[in-house]
Amino acid sequence: MFKWFGRVNHAPHTKVAEFAQHLREGRLMASRCEACGHVSFPPRADCEACLHGAFTFVPVSGRGTLHTWTRITAAPRGFEDVAPYTLGLVDLEEGGRALAWIGASVPESSLAIGMPLQVTPRLHEDVEDIRVDYTLESPKGATA
Amino acid sequence: MSGRVGIVGIGHTPFGRRSDATVQELAAEAFRAALADSGLDRGHMDAVVVGSVPEYHKQRSLPGVVQEYLGLTPKPTWLTEAACASGSAAIRTAWMSIKAGVHDVVAVIGCQKMTELETAEILALMGRVGEVQWESSFGSTFPGYYAMFARRHMHEYGTTREQLTAVAIKNHFYGARNPLAMFRKEITAEKANASEDVATPFHVFDCCANADGAACVILAAEPRARGLRKPPVWLSGMGCASDTMSVLRRPSLTGLGSAQAAAAQAYAMAGVDAKRVRVADVHDCFTIAEVLAYEDLGFCAKGEGGAFIAENRSYIGGSTPVNVDGGLKAKGHPIGATGVSMTTEIVKQLRGDAGERQVPDADVGLTHNVGGIGQYCFVQVLTRDE
Repeated sequence: MFKWFGRVNHAPHTKVAEFAQHLREGRLMASRCEACGHVSFPPRADCEACLHGAFTFVPVSGRGTLHTWTRITAAPRGFEDVAPYTLGLVDLEEGGRALAWIGASVPESSLAIGMPLQVTPRLHEDVEDIRVDYTLESPKGATA
Repeated sequence: MSGRVGIVGIGHTPFGRRSDATVQELAAEAFRAALADSGLDRGHMDAVVVGSVPEYHKQRSLPGVVQEYLGLTPKPTWLTEAACASGSAAIRTAWMSIKAGVHDVVAVIGCQKMTELETAEILALMGRVGEVQWESSFGSTFPGYYAMFARRHMHEYGTTREQLTAVAIKNHFYGARNPLAMFRKEITAEKANASEDVATPFHVFDCCANADGAACVILAAEPRARGLRKPPVWLSGMGCASDTMSVLRRPSLTGLGSAQAAAAQAYAMAGVDAKRVRVADVHDCFTIAEVLAYEDLGFCAKGEGGAFIAENRSYIGGSTPVNVDGGLKAKGHPIGATGVSMTTEIVKQLRGDAGERQVPDADVGLTHNVGGIGQYCFVQVLTRDE
């Protein structure tokens, strides 16, 4: 199911594949290590703190603040038709970061490092398949 | 082998679009020049290390092809890969093999033939430069990553758009004076700022260009390194460190932790500090990368990199001349060749052979070769005998 994740997916096989199913159902999940309890976002099968190999998914709020951003004009394969698009990197309240597109609720003229943003799950119905990802939205304008 | 390792020969092809040569022909140009420079012949080579990134030319398993073309079989050969730092990584493995006492004389050839790739292949490769599971899926690009570093550096330290442009202007100023550079024309701020957007705040003129080319250095153990055609330049400090692939796990986007760590190792091994460096070649794949390098290498304090270029302190005559060969920006960036090219430039400077680009009294030099956005960094401190 992780093949659903992202506009272009280069890594369909992963031990955290269930992340995409949760995202489809509107939930943003991190991994929590069963040995030391460390929480990672994006999720990791192998704990970044202690390298233990068992984990459970736990929900995270997706609340964060903008760390930095860029508007991409020179786009790679699979993104030529959608450029320009704006990437934001957010520091998440519960730790970790997310890199994603700045969503429609946030005009580029309003972008400011440190502004609050909400990581918001998205489900796209394509012709033959589904696609899931998340966008960075204004906390007020976010729709889960 | 507890003695020093010296560079006894250097060779360098013109960088640029080399539609006249295969990658092994480029390697031969650089190798032949390095042999002539050293006075050795190819039979003296105990091994050849190739620095190259396999995706960026059509030929796979390059060392085999190069070794055959140079007529050096059955001598050992291998590839060292560390993205854009593959050239310095290759020098490091060659240096290690000599320090270990396995070999006495080793040739390192950095080479790349990027322009033989089709646009579609380049676009596909562009789409996989980052961490592919969580980042490339959103269309991240290499300029985009450094652009995010630039914006954060501007936010925290007040670095300006004009200061980034000043890096490009300096490197083109020196590129215009380097006969081996890809772009041999000075540029103006107006021209740079009028160039197309790539990833804000970067224009085309903030970015280095893909290129073809090769560079070669011949390393020798200390007793062997003496009495050859030119006095040896010593690899006196060799630093190497890593940082996360992903910006999602990177503590700071205002510097490269790998560069700071590698520099500290290299300075300690050489017994010098940043103030002692008379000339440096640093990895300016994007304008901000040179600003980060000034700070990471200790040429100025953290946050003062913008002022460092604005005050012309990295020009010849300034406190630490940087990239007076044009840097990646004007010289071109044939990925695997770049780190080796940096070392050849510092050797020229320490020999006093750099012509109109010569830095006066250059007796301690430094190279700083970065892979990706700092996943790998190699720093060399080079010295000469008095």
